[in-house]
Amino acid sequence: MEKVFKGRVVGGGTLVGEAVVSHQGVNTLATFQKSALKNAKQVFSSDQNNPDIYKLNLTGKILCLPKTIGSTTGGLVIQTICSMGINPSAMLFSEEIDSLACSGIILARNWENSNIIAIDKLGQEFLDYVKTGDKIEIKEDGTIKVIR
Amino acid sequence: MKLTKEEQAILNGSEGETKAKILKTLVEFGDVFGAEKLVPVTHEGHLVTSFGIGLIKPLFRIMDEIIDAGIKAKLPFTVDPRPIDYENVKCNLLDKLIFSKIMYSQQARYEEQLKKIGLKNSDGFTCTCYMDEVGNIPQYGDVLSWAESSAVVYANSVLGARCNRNSGMLDIFGAIIGKVPYFGLLTDEGRKADWIIEVKTTTKPEAQILGSAIGLKVMEDVPYVKGLDKFLGTELNDDAKSYLKDFGAATASNGAVGLYHIENLTPEAKKLGSKLIKPNAKTYVIDDAELERVYKSYPVLWKNKDAKPKLCFIGCPHLSYNQLVLWAENIINGLKETGKRKVQVRTVLTTSPQVRKKFEQTELYKKLTKTGAKVSSICPLMYTNNPIAGKKPIITSSNKLRTYSSSKYLKDADILNVIVGKEGK
Repeated sequence: MEKVFKGRVVGGGTLVGEAVVSHQGVNTLATFQKSALKNAKQVFSSDQNNPDIYKLNLTGKILCLPKTIGSTTGGLVIQTICSMGINPSAMLFSEEIDSLACSGIILARNWENSNIIAIDKLGQEFLDYVKTGDKIEIKEDGTIKVIR
Repeated sequence: MKLTKEEQAILNGSEGETKAKILKTLVEFGDVFGAEKLVPVTHEGHLVTSFGIGLIKPLFRIMDEIIDAGIKAKLPFTVDPRPIDYENVKCNLLDKLIFSKIMYSQQARYEEQLKKIGLKNSDGFTCTCYMDEVGNIPQYGDVLSWAESSAVVYANSVLGARCNRNSGMLDIFGAIIGKVPYFGLLTDEGRKADWIIEVKTTTKPEAQILGSAIGLKVMEDVPYVKGLDKFLGTELNDDAKSYLKDFGAATASNGAVGLYHIENLTPEAKKLGSKLIKPNAKTYVIDDAELERVYKSYPVLWKNKDAKPKLCFIGCPHLSYNQLVLWAENIINGLKETGKRKVQVRTVLTTSPQVRKKFEQTELYKKLTKTGAKVSSICPLMYTNNPIAGKKPIITSSNKLRTYSSSKYLKDADILNVIVGKEGK
């Protein structure tokens, strides 16, 4: 079974990978700080308030979310996990990307030579449809294919 | 984005490669949000990154690059609180080793970097830079390049300044260029409310829980709050401002709120009233039952959920002077009531360096110290980042600290009972 969605490209690229889905806003600091502080090889979400992704491995995954929330260290946190090479490979936003996630993705691109693919405005239907573990294909033009 | 000739020249490298890359980052950021231009920053800065965590290597590397290029911020800036205060927040040897040698090993280096780029002064370390005692107070309409979510939401909402929820790094970049992209909360349209919040509680709601409920519901939208003026009044006095500081911090950390309006109280709500509400705004009604539901939803993350608390932090964001005085009086009077001389859990009240120094001159401070309670300008969140310190059963009256650590949140009255040993009575 396949379903296709189209969004806006914030950070371009092509990728096939596995979805991890958060139906609520992802609190960047709460999610990534423990793994970053431990200098871990992979990120396991440490946000107790987000049961969708709590303790799940996010490194190399395609993180599907409405947007990010929380501390304004958010962008720097994303830049840091990119510099450590433990970031999600892509972030797919159902809503318009928020300022903190956007900062992180641009900081990583310009200052770390690290490219997180970022597509936003995919719509609520995307977030309602996609499930953790689904295979996702991302195309350069912002087309997303969810394969189950 | 349309750039001026001067901006285009900087982007082309007229002032060096580093400044060009800084401006490129700001322009790309603005482009994503449809910003048509950059606008001048009109007030001093405030940065969120105050901590020299060794792992945030990109920050220190870029700061070095900025210094090496001879670049400084256009205006001075303050920063968030320091992560360490061994004098008032005592640590054992292992904790100290982890803090000084591992976690915050770059603190001294980073503070030197901040000074070179434009740190206002050595006391400029607080998340409440907008307090009278600290003096980084924007005026109505000022355009800011601030980060620190609680400070941004306060500046926008209570002071009527204009600032987007900038990330760490972008705050420094805006301060250096002296300009920020014009979009979102900088525009009149972006400051209009997407939500009407109807507060229908029977008593004054706990600021931290009300803010949390709203943040969780509206995420980064702008809420227009009705019914709160019944409890706070219609003047922004010290009590109202302190309440809104804590309320806003909870909206920003439990959600991503950058601006709220309180009907009949905050400046734009007073000036524009219901014209601030978008025609299709959604409504969220908050009554006693809803607040209790939200309060009960907070998970307790202690290994032993019934453990006796070992540490109590009050003041995230930092306490205002009047809050500090009130907590000191409540602790002293509460201990008199329970017949105890010392606080029953190690208690740290956190506030800005300037407020702490002012408070230390008072008789009340001397009385408070006799109870064993401490006053510090530390960032409790940075303290709880230490994996060992963070495992302790810590209680707090801060919803922000609860969100980012395993600390357990208690309402003001409940946490006071624990401090003075009234628990279970």
